[in-house]
Amino acid sequence: MPKIIVEVMPKEVLLDPQGKAVANSLHRTGHKDITAVRIGKRIELHFDRPVTEADVAAAQKIGESFLSNAVIEDVVAVTVEDN
Amino acid sequence: MTMKIGVVTFPGTLDDRDAQRAVRIAGATAVPLWHADANLHKVDAVVLPGGFSYGDYLRCGAIAAQAPVTEAIIKAANGGLPVLGICNGFQVLVESHLLPGGLIRNEAQHFICRDQKLRVENINTPWTNQFELNQEITIPLKNGEGGYIATDETLKRLEGEGLVAFRYLDGNPNGSMNDIAGLRNERGNVVGLMPHPEHAVEAGFGPDTNIAMRSGIDGLKFFTSVINALVNA
Repeated sequence: MPKIIVEVMPKEVLLDPQGKAVANSLHRTGHKDITAVRIGKRIELHFDRPVTEADVAAAQKIGESFLSNAVIEDVVAVTVEDN
Repeated sequence: MTMKIGVVTFPGTLDDRDAQRAVRIAGATAVPLWHADANLHKVDAVVLPGGFSYGDYLRCGAIAAQAPVTEAIIKAANGGLPVLGICNGFQVLVESHLLPGGLIRNEAQHFICRDQKLRVENINTPWTNQFELNQEITIPLKNGEGGYIATDETLKRLEGEGLVAFRYLDGNPNGSMNDIAGLRNERGNVVGLMPHPEHAVEAGFGPDTNIAMRSGIDGLKFFTSVINALVNA
């Protein structure tokens, strides 16, 4: 199934409490080399036809205007899968 | 004829009935507005109440900002309709870009519920005209994602243009930048804040005061202010 993947991450400067809690847990279970964990969102936009360049451009726009909030998050990737 | 003040209900809104009650106690008629209905039913003002619209999915207020009723409210607000966003309603205003900035998880990560002291720093709005400048008020605060955040540039503009309407006193509960509890837009008709005026409108049910338990009604002036503004419009 063709899909566009939009990945959103909290801005670097913001505290990511989820990531911090997961990192603490990993350290407790012996994964000492992992220095930090940050958690964002992967959003899949599904299509029942091949994805076009216009779809990707639209997804980028949706990503920046709706799926993320530019004050607190960044769209870090918009990619196509299974096209 | 009494003023008609619309109170929006999204799926997941919690404080719509309290907001309707506050409108009635202030002396206006509360008109329920439904998220899927873009008709504002000729109301004179709109309240976006608190709660967890659409389960806080995606981001608090983000999906509500796209609702049919919100589209109509944005259009009307840009035309001067008084709009008050409380808590989740403030988040909806920010996500709708009617007010700048964003709201993030409280600094201490905890949901906070307490009576909160505020300073009213701008009384040139339809929602604050019955206060005195720099009046200190106490109304309930209850939120998990109330940390106000904005770019340095936006903060400078907010402070420079006097758009901070309310500031937290006696301790910043959620890490909000510059202790910002609420904002107004340039025109003044749109006001948003995290604390809840609608829960402090009737003696016996409000915050404690020096005079008596639960006698605080500082929130009522938000609603009498808008009625006053509409009468004098």
